[in-house]
Amino acid sequence: MSENKNNISRRHFLRDGFWAGCLAGLAGLAGFLVTKLKKTNTVWQIDPHTCIACGNCATYCVLEDSAVKCVHAYPVCGYCKICFGFFGPEPVDINEGAENQLCPTGAITRIFIEEPYYEYHIDESLCNGCGKCVKGCNTFGNGSLSLQVRHDRCLNCNECSIAAACPSGAYKRVPANEPYMLKKVGHA
Amino acid sequence: MIRFGYIIIGIALSLILCGVTIGAERFPPPDFIETDHVIPSPTVPGPRQDIYEYIDVVVLLAALGLSSYLVLKRRSRRAIFVLMVFSLLYFGFYREGCVCSVGAIQNIVLSVFDRDYAVPIAVVLFFMLPLVFALFFGRVFCAAVCPLGAIQDLVLLRPISIPNWLEGGLRLFAYVYLAAAVLFAATGSAFVICRYDPFVAFFRLNGNLNILIIGACLLVISVFVGRPYCRFICPYGILLRQLSRLSKWRVTITPDECIQCRLCEDSCPFGAIKKPTTDWPMTEYGKSKKRLAVLLLLLPVLMFLCGWTGSGLKKVTSRMHATVRLADRIYLEDTGEVEDITDASLAFRATGKEPKELYEEASNIRAGFGLGGWFFGGFVGLVIGLKLINVSVWRKRTDYEAGRAGCLACGRCFKYCPKEHERLKKRLLQNENSY
Repeated sequence: MSENKNNISRRHFLRDGFWAGCLAGLAGLAGFLVTKLKKTNTVWQIDPHTCIACGNCATYCVLEDSAVKCVHAYPVCGYCKICFGFFGPEPVDINEGAENQLCPTGAITRIFIEEPYYEYHIDESLCNGCGKCVKGCNTFGNGSLSLQVRHDRCLNCNECSIAAACPSGAYKRVPANEPYMLKKVGHA
Repeated sequence: MIRFGYIIIGIALSLILCGVTIGAERFPPPDFIETDHVIPSPTVPGPRQDIYEYIDVVVLLAALGLSSYLVLKRRSRRAIFVLMVFSLLYFGFYREGCVCSVGAIQNIVLSVFDRDYAVPIAVVLFFMLPLVFALFFGRVFCAAVCPLGAIQDLVLLRPISIPNWLEGGLRLFAYVYLAAAVLFAATGSAFVICRYDPFVAFFRLNGNLNILIIGACLLVISVFVGRPYCRFICPYGILLRQLSRLSKWRVTITPDECIQCRLCEDSCPFGAIKKPTTDWPMTEYGKSKKRLAVLLLLLPVLMFLCGWTGSGLKKVTSRMHATVRLADRIYLEDTGEVEDITDASLAFRATGKEPKELYEEASNIRAGFGLGGWFFGGFVGLVIGLKLINVSVWRKRTDYEAGRAGCLACGRCFKYCPKEHERLKKRLLQNENSY
């Protein structure tokens, strides 16, 4: 009988030991993580200098209407009259007619400022993030148009589906208090 | 003179080429002379504020505490169910899934292996809190807090029981899944748990079609088989299982003493109720003892073999890493085995990096997969070995008990116990007397 009792207490002792070990292990892991903890959350963003505007952003987002939109960094823009982000490769005429436009959804509006300068605005409710204009602007212009994750739309998935499909590795986790990587003057 | 001309042309050409790839400022920004036009700056709508992350953590903590109370003290299936529906609505449909405790495993692993990756505090808490609660109160997280469990629990209408051997065999998949998730997260390749999360698409009412189909199939299975994801797939469930084996307090079917009435025997849709066992039959004893000795000796061999296989699979597994895929592609293109080019190789060529550098990087990653494969396979071998050993060990049990590891603390079995009815009656009387 006494042996049996001993047996049970040994088992209890072992279990308690394991229990304490697990707790200590969790505490140790927590302690390790605290050393490299980040107080702010991270969000996904596209590095415009790595992005090749392949078009995956328009289709791979888990949202039906992609969280990636074209963003215009106005200070970098040359305000060109003939903008290769706005006009298709062979425009019929140099005006705002739909047949001349590169954007498949007509999300870019062109506003006359003064001769010969025009300002280009993106209508985000129409933009689907395909990046056609970004490619045009990067190839022939200043590269002021770039694709950016818009954080009012983004769900901040733990693994971003677009990042997994991004061919150039342009997706980065950035701190949530600096959530954009916009192009700046003299940095392009 | 001719050489000088060549240099000029060369510089001009390279400038143009650079321009094509980078998109330099070819046209200076205008000074508006006629009009006083002010150059606008782009809007930057911010992400969800950090404070909401902390609110999520507080809600998680509160839900875990309440779940523990309801499961262990209140013993009310109805209350557990209500909390479960709340968790489904809050963590599932309102928060739309991310970040969840299940996926947080990968963030933790990545932060251990990647020096540059710092894990946000909310993610650490989402990972830690359910584990700590499991150490104290069992799997109360699974019972009523996890939205993935809740969505399956809701549709469980016609539960069928699964034989023990099949349950154990299928659960092996969860161990492999956990090991694979850790391997891919540690090498920085992918977060597979998130990529193949079957229910997050339902929470968002949006998502990848293939995953949506898998999720729908799992939900249909859930009507008949209780919580298939939790039992056979969930990698976090594995961690909770092992910790809840050691838990200080846990679900008991009866609030009192088991009277062996057998009424609860078939009440658990997850097959987590352990029946009383007889003494070890003497004819079996000798045979099992020998088998146990052989299995114990075989365990290291099994681990080695599985580890060797896991390491040998590095060519396949490392293809999960984008850099390795890219290096393979570039190699094929450079040796002329393929003629077309992909977006990825186009992007790589635009960076002007040497293929050699890329190959070296890829072979480093592959070596990492080789080493990781040893651990991956060794772990799987250990699990298989321990499962076999478990078959040869006889545990004596006198009462009907909720299994330490398998019990999801859903509280379905409570009402089957006659002692529970006695307790409820007593409590009712007490309440009446106090009025």
